Amino acid sequence: MPYPTDRKYTKEHEWITADGMIGITHHAQGSLGDIVFVELPKVGTEITIGKSFGTVESVKAVSDLYAPVSGTVTGVNEALATAPEQVNKDAHGAWMVKIKVKDPSEMNALLSAPDYDKFVSEEAAH
Amino acid sequence: MKHMTRKATRHISQNEGLIFEKSSPGKAAWKLPPLDVPEVDTAKLLGKQERKDLGDMPEVSEIEIIRHFTRLSTWNYAIDLGMYPLGSCTMKYNPRVNEFVARVEGLANGHPYQAEKISQGALRIMKTLSDCLLEITGMDAITLQPAAGAHGELTGMLMVRAYHQSKGNARKKILIPDSAHGTNPATAATVGYAVENLKSNDCGMVDVAALAAQMNEDVAALMVTNPNTLGVFEQEIHKIAELMHAKGGLLYMDGANMNALVAKARPGDFGADVMHLNLHKTFSTPHGGGGPGSGPVAVKKILAPFLPTPVVVTKADGTLGFEYNRPQSVGRVRAFYGNFGMFIRALAYIFANGPDGLRQTTEDAVLNANYIRKGLEGVYDLPYSTPSMHEVVFSDKLQSKKGVKTMDLAKRLIDYGFHPYTTAFPLIVAGALMIEPTESEPKEELDLFIEAMKSIAEEVEEDPQFVLDAPHNTRISRLDETAAARKPVLRWKPEP
Amino acid sequence: MRYLPKSPADRAAMLKAIGIHSVDDLFSPIPAEYRLTRDLDIPRQMAESEIVDWFKQRAKENGEGYTSFLGAGAYSHYRPVVIDALVQRGEFLTSYTPYQAEFAQGTLQAIFEFQTMISELTGMDLANASMYDGSTGAAEAVMMAVRITGRHSAAIARNLHPEYREVLNTYATHQAIPLKTVSFTDSGQIDLKELEKAVGDDTACVLIQSPNFFGTIEDVEAIAGIAHKRGALLVVSIAEAVSLGIVEPPRTADIVAMEAQSFGVPLGFGGPYCGVLATKEKFVRQMPGRLAGQTVDKNGKRGFVLTLATREQHIRREKATSNICTNQALVALMVNIFMTVYGKIGLRELAKQNLAKAAYAADQFSKHAEVLFAGAPRFNEFVVETSEDPYAINSRLLGHKIVGGFPLKKFYPELGHAALWCCTELTTRSMIDTAVGLVAESERSVRSMKDAEPEEVAR
Repeated sequence: MPYPTDRKYTKEHEWITADGMIGITHHAQGSLGDIVFVELPKVGTEITIGKSFGTVESVKAVSDLYAPVSGTVTGVNEALATAPEQVNKDAHGAWMVKIKVKDPSEMNALLSAPDYDKFVSEEAAH
Repeated sequence: MKHMTRKATRHISQNEGLIFEKSSPGKAAWKLPPLDVPEVDTAKLLGKQERKDLGDMPEVSEIEIIRHFTRLSTWNYAIDLGMYPLGSCTMKYNPRVNEFVARVEGLANGHPYQAEKISQGALRIMKTLSDCLLEITGMDAITLQPAAGAHGELTGMLMVRAYHQSKGNARKKILIPDSAHGTNPATAATVGYAVENLKSNDCGMVDVAALAAQMNEDVAALMVTNPNTLGVFEQEIHKIAELMHAKGGLLYMDGANMNALVAKARPGDFGADVMHLNLHKTFSTPHGGGGPGSGPVAVKKILAPFLPTPVVVTKADGTLGFEYNRPQSVGRVRAFYGNFGMFIRALAYIFANGPDGLRQTTEDAVLNANYIRKGLEGVYDLPYSTPSMHEVVFSDKLQSKKGVKTMDLAKRLIDYGFHPYTTAFPLIVAGALMIEPTESEPKEELDLFIEAMKSIAEEVEEDPQFVLDAPHNTRISRLDETAAARKPVLRWKPEP
Repeated sequence: MRYLPKSPADRAAMLKAIGIHSVDDLFSPIPAEYRLTRDLDIPRQMAESEIVDWFKQRAKENGEGYTSFLGAGAYSHYRPVVIDALVQRGEFLTSYTPYQAEFAQGTLQAIFEFQTMISELTGMDLANASMYDGSTGAAEAVMMAVRITGRHSAAIARNLHPEYREVLNTYATHQAIPLKTVSFTDSGQIDLKELEKAVGDDTACVLIQSPNFFGTIEDVEAIAGIAHKRGALLVVSIAEAVSLGIVEPPRTADIVAMEAQSFGVPLGFGGPYCGVLATKEKFVRQMPGRLAGQTVDKNGKRGFVLTLATREQHIRREKATSNICTNQALVALMVNIFMTVYGKIGLRELAKQNLAKAAYAADQFSKHAEVLFAGAPRFNEFVVETSEDPYAINSRLLGHKIVGGFPLKKFYPELGHAALWCCTELTTRSMIDTAVGLVAESERSVRSMKDAEPEEVAR
């Protein structure tokens, strides 16, 4: 699976675009299995880099969503409330929240698409 | 079917819809006696608070109710039908005399607020059970109030907190081994403590060196299950207790696996300060499809002042009563006195056994687990070779090579007429098969179980897909849990 | 030992198969100094007949054969015999939590029907599979409101069952949830003016009981208005489930925390009972406790599973909505069968009889003593104030094999001479007349003593 190059990635398997859209990666949805619920913050919530801002649930597991960078939530993908399966179908299209990035320099520390791809294959080798 | 199963045969069972689908106006299963006081004008008495209609509540006759629930019951597996090897659940025989005595008029109809003078029977039952449980655990004081095991844990941890608070510092965290039951961390969090994980060593036991490194004055207690969820006795339990006590911490023992110890060893003797018991596991009260449980908490003297109110005491005149004036108590954890009906059943079980019966019970429980272990060793992977007590944990390592996981094996076991073992727990074993036979199984049933498990292992080699598609013989096949969770349908609604 | 299915030969064969000589070898992991080498000091093994005798003896010491006017959170209603006939079926009695759905459809479908009927009766969208009891259910409901609103305090009616308040206190202390208690008026209902003041921007919920501890029905709509105006939720505790047959359910509440003991569960000296939470659909993921949901199998056949398990402790561990692990399945099944037996029409008729008996009794008592809180509608309980201490009256009533009302002094010192009386469909007119007669006698004698007093002083 080629990872889109228009965005950055975290080792916790989130992606973020330059304009602050956040989602989880194709790899993440695959290891979670059928996603049944996505719990997201309200518009206006401050999220902090490395801290949990929501959860994704499969039938028998709950995983935290970690903020790739700090910022303020400006939009939430309401469609996921009734159709969480979108994340399984199109992880890179199914954005979860949109944020106003507080400090754009935080983006620099994130992984590029090829680096993330490498990270995932190394993780799989373990 | 590929292999013959000796335990079970396919059998007709009745179809049955929802009770609402049988309802029609004018049917009734009730009859009230004629009213012997004047009729009332409900509108006048209640005004706008009067309810006019009970919506979609059913209207059915008595025979339909009997058939409805009897048919439903036949779709369940039960201890009464055969072995129920759920690890850490202790699915033992539920004696029928327990049910009989719990329904004796006077006990079943006793009101919790009737005067102590006419409650001496109930109080005597509580006192006698308390005394027996204290002797069995080697502890000093007890509360019977908690309604279940997890509720007992909560009560115990509240007492841990109150104890530390009385010393001027509630402390910050609780240490919990990675093999622990999920209720342990959930409970610690409910009481306001942070949870710190404790890694197990290569034998599946608490790593004493790691504990020594992690133990400090911020730690309020260690919650340990002994034998632990691998069925392994924590051989260094006394060292663990010493480490905790040296730094002013407490040792909490989760008594879920007490069936391995009754009459053979007492937690109070090996250093536990506080523990809960599950009357629905060790003391034979029925699981009833998921409750009611009962989770008494026994403590050492130092924790006695913090027990929930009220406690049963013997008064100066020799009668029994409730004591409410306990200033250091953590308070109440439940209205009234706990699941009294379960106290009756547990005490009847203790009476039926006596000291010799309880000892033999524990020995048989451990014997059964080890017999299964011996029978399946080599067929299934045994991740820890440490000796087993009352349960044994295998893994699906060998079968998962063919793509068959513990849950698939479990589902196939259903076709053989057995309830599955506990799957995917404890978390420290990938693909765990956790098997606890209890003392209630005769050798013949154990042999059938071993035979079934061996046969399934062969099927995995010959035709893994067949096992993956199991169960084949149940009323329904595997259910779509994803759909259930995505679009929850949690109640019936009439068709529009 | 009669529960153990092995002969000595079986045990010997099994030891041999394992490859050991003695069962003691299996206990060698326990350090020798902790192995018990003596018999436990507990009663000797008894025959079944002895066990039955022992408990029958205890029952005789436990108010067997008394007539009772006690309610106060534990109610005496008739239990149709089909309940025990069905719940004692081994397939219900001796099965585990239905995690293996294919092998537990009976329990799962029963839970689904229970959830449906509780939703219908409480006027909520959905209900869980049950909780420990009404007191812990109310506490869990408050914590649920805290999670939903992100607020941290709660306003609690003082006429909520006092033991429920105690339990809530225990839970709230460690969750850092400050509780404000709101008192009641002369009608026995919550003081709405005081409530207005108690609800603020950090109030997660208002918790009331209706019918409340004094048996009085609250104006739920007005209370909901006050709570919702400030963004707080309304939690309504219902301790007397039979009231739902004739009293409008709290449809404007956000969470209903109910004790369903009245529906076919024996008094049993206080437990096991059956708590249950019901709520609006939008709050379901914040609700604790098990839930059964409908789904289909591989062939499209209807079936039921435990669902939304991610809320629970075995998955979320320290982040779970609650540490609760069991429900009260078998007790919920009693409740389920009771609701099915009475159904749509019977429950209303049953509730009407309760209403009529209590109205008659209150009327009779009011001729001789004061019936408090007369200004508001009530269901099957009422408060009688006497000149004599109710404990003294009750101890005299015991001589007539009658258990009188619950003295309120312990929880409400200002109601020192008042007691809470309850009548259900099982309370006969002659019982009521006898009890009223005895109370009237006590009132007359106290009054005549009082009348006599000035003369004595004069002498």
